[in-house]
Amino acid sequence: MKRKTQRLCIILSCMMGFAIAIVLVLSAFSDNLVYFKVPSQLINQSQPIGSVIRLGGMVVANSLHHLNDNQTPITTFDVTDGQAAIHVSYKGILPDLFREGQSVVAIGSLNQQKIFIATEVLAKHDETYMPKEIADSLRKNGKWDPRFGSPPDPSRWNHMIKPQ
Amino acid sequence: MISNFLSPELGHFTLALACCLAGAQFILPLLGNQKNDFHLMNLAAPLAWGHFFSLMIAFVCLIIAALNDDFSVQNILQNSATDKPLLYKITGIWGNHEGSILLWSFILSFFGILFSSFSHRLSFSLRTKIIAILGGCATGFEIFCLITSNPFLRIWPAPMEGQGMNPLLQDPGLAFHPPILYTGYVGFSVPFAFAVAGLMEKNIDSAWGCWLRPWVILAWIFLTAGITIGSWWSYYVLGWGGYWFWDPVENAALIPWLTGTALLHSTLIVEKREALKTWTVFLSIITFSLALCGTFLVRSGILNSVHAFASDPTRGIFILVLLIIICGGALVLFAWQAPLLPFTALFAPFSREGSIILNNILFCSLATIIFVGTLYPSVLQMINGQTISVGKPFFDKTFVPPALITIFFMAFAPWLAFKKTSLKKLIQPLSFMGIITLVIIIISFIYLHRFLPALATGLAFWVIMGALTDFSSKLSLFKTSFKNNFHRMKNLSLSFYATYIAHIGVAVILLGIIGMAYSQQKIVEVPIGTTLHLAGYEWTLEAVQNHKGPNYLATEAILKINYHHKTICWMFPARHFFPRQQQVITNVAIHTNLIADLYAVLGDSKNINDTSPTYILKLHYNPLAPWIWIGGFIMILGGFLTLIDLYNHKIIKQNSKQNMEQPL
Repeated sequence: MKRKTQRLCIILSCMMGFAIAIVLVLSAFSDNLVYFKVPSQLINQSQPIGSVIRLGGMVVANSLHHLNDNQTPITTFDVTDGQAAIHVSYKGILPDLFREGQSVVAIGSLNQQKIFIATEVLAKHDETYMPKEIADSLRKNGKWDPRFGSPPDPSRWNHMIKPQ
Repeated sequence: MISNFLSPELGHFTLALACCLAGAQFILPLLGNQKNDFHLMNLAAPLAWGHFFSLMIAFVCLIIAALNDDFSVQNILQNSATDKPLLYKITGIWGNHEGSILLWSFILSFFGILFSSFSHRLSFSLRTKIIAILGGCATGFEIFCLITSNPFLRIWPAPMEGQGMNPLLQDPGLAFHPPILYTGYVGFSVPFAFAVAGLMEKNIDSAWGCWLRPWVILAWIFLTAGITIGSWWSYYVLGWGGYWFWDPVENAALIPWLTGTALLHSTLIVEKREALKTWTVFLSIITFSLALCGTFLVRSGILNSVHAFASDPTRGIFILVLLIIICGGALVLFAWQAPLLPFTALFAPFSREGSIILNNILFCSLATIIFVGTLYPSVLQMINGQTISVGKPFFDKTFVPPALITIFFMAFAPWLAFKKTSLKKLIQPLSFMGIITLVIIIISFIYLHRFLPALATGLAFWVIMGALTDFSSKLSLFKTSFKNNFHRMKNLSLSFYATYIAHIGVAVILLGIIGMAYSQQKIVEVPIGTTLHLAGYEWTLEAVQNHKGPNYLATEAILKINYHHKTICWMFPARHFFPRQQQVITNVAIHTNLIADLYAVLGDSKNINDTSPTYILKLHYNPLAPWIWIGGFIMILGGFLTLIDLYNHKIIKQNSKQNMEQPL
């Protein structure tokens, strides 16, 4: 075996390995990306029913309700980004840090009645945290300028007026 | 009193002193090397010791301040409280950003002295350079600690009571997970220093590989243990019933583990055959860089994570600059010096060397996949502002196929001999194993109803059979007398067992993962006295009671588990309410018989119209779940055996050398 052949073998096998990796990554990217949406985006843009998205926002105060459907607990709550609110229904135990008036991320899809059926609800492990996406959305809508202190209380968002 | 003497100020001072000593540990020996000054070079080891001791004092000072509830120290004020249990007062020190950076530096300095104590027979200039480079890395982190995240900052006036720790961290699993994981990350600084020093020396030979190997294995053991414990923690604390989330924090640990595993294998070739030198140097640099990038990108808030503790975005720039200096510097040196390294030995594609190249390609592809999947969302957001996330479905599609291919080759790659192996010898045992594997795949397909799990089950047994086949052929089992078998078994090297034990560990993990894919769960809301059926077990909610813990109030459910009308165990899932943080933590109850886990979570309770209250319960039946962690520890055992084997070999070599040097 010559030096050149050996090198060629190694380079070819390397390229094959990485080619397989790239093909796998690209094919998975095309149909496994989960988009992050805030409620106003979800309502304004027509979203194909059933496609999985991550819904982020703040839980509207006093919107949390528990139902008991034949021994199955169902929790419903509203999620808002300050522009619009969306109704979320979730079957299961909410994370420990889930609170009204705090940020939450729900993974699931929108059904025919425009109710978001969540399969998973995430809350940050740290109580003072706000997801970057939600902070960005608040800033974009002009409801919060980080230079002037901490974000406003989520319960007031829906009533706030967008500054002109 | 000694605790008065060991004040936070002394800690602050010794941290600054350690930083200066680390700077000296970096500069003086390298200067001595430049000027050929033996005395300056000889300073490396004593400076490393001084560096270690000053950091140790700083660390002890912080622990004492925490034990004394000194709330004038900002860090302790924010993370502790008087009613916190003693163990968590100590372990809470590394549960926050400042403390974890101090721990990081402390472990780095510890590796400095560990290396200087176990490397007396390494060439003097290489040894000094490695100690110097370790000092250089430590300097950077200690400056970072002093300037942007000082754990000793005072606050005045001092409040009477601290703010308390995040209750999720109040758990024995998480108390010891960070130090072990950090030891793994920081451990790869030694291979990194080996690579940089080797490039500076322009000499990388089999001795370099031989001395590098134990350090790679040591770091790998700790990283494996850290990941295993972390995964176990998220399984039993978070109560969501899973063990791996494909979260950036988890991926940040898995990426260096994958490249570290590749490095572990490629050092063998450097040591035994002096081949793959350039590649091994590159891998050493990359592994440490990825370990740094992973932890610090997550810390800096560039990557979003659901369960990152101790993160603070304001320090991002400093971290980025530090990363660029350390990793970029090493890579520039690599680009400049690597082409000058002498060319390596030749080998055929079907040989041990070839198999390890394949291993490296596969492991690096896996690392690349996770790297792309983890960073792509952040990059896309920077480019067009679109926020996406890449989760389990993505990694299932991309990670699983190459991982299964890796496992396929893992079974028989260690059979191959160095330089060249004839394929003919392999065909007979391989086809025999292949037939059995096919039978297993068909049987498990009948039971599991899905192709991928059946294939994976077959592969797990394929790996185990691969180990057994080589073992029996080494023993010439059934071919010679029993006594001869036994004699051969005694002569097998420890590293032979170690390889296969580690590989069997992977197979056990694989079986655990397959089992978890068939877990059953049920979420119900029921009153006391209800009996539920899941996976053939009868779960009865007998009672719910309240009691008081050290700094929480507990609500505990009592579940009776019957199997075929016979009580097999009682389970006590609970919810702990921490009044200080106004936070509820679920305490999962797990009953295991090592074949399957029964897993129960207690949720909210409800009391409508004064009728009997109802409780939300989440019940899981997780077959083979414990195997995931058992497999992890089997792999660690394999690592330890290799380490013992290497140590014994060094002692034998040393003795034989001494014998040879004796005058005849």
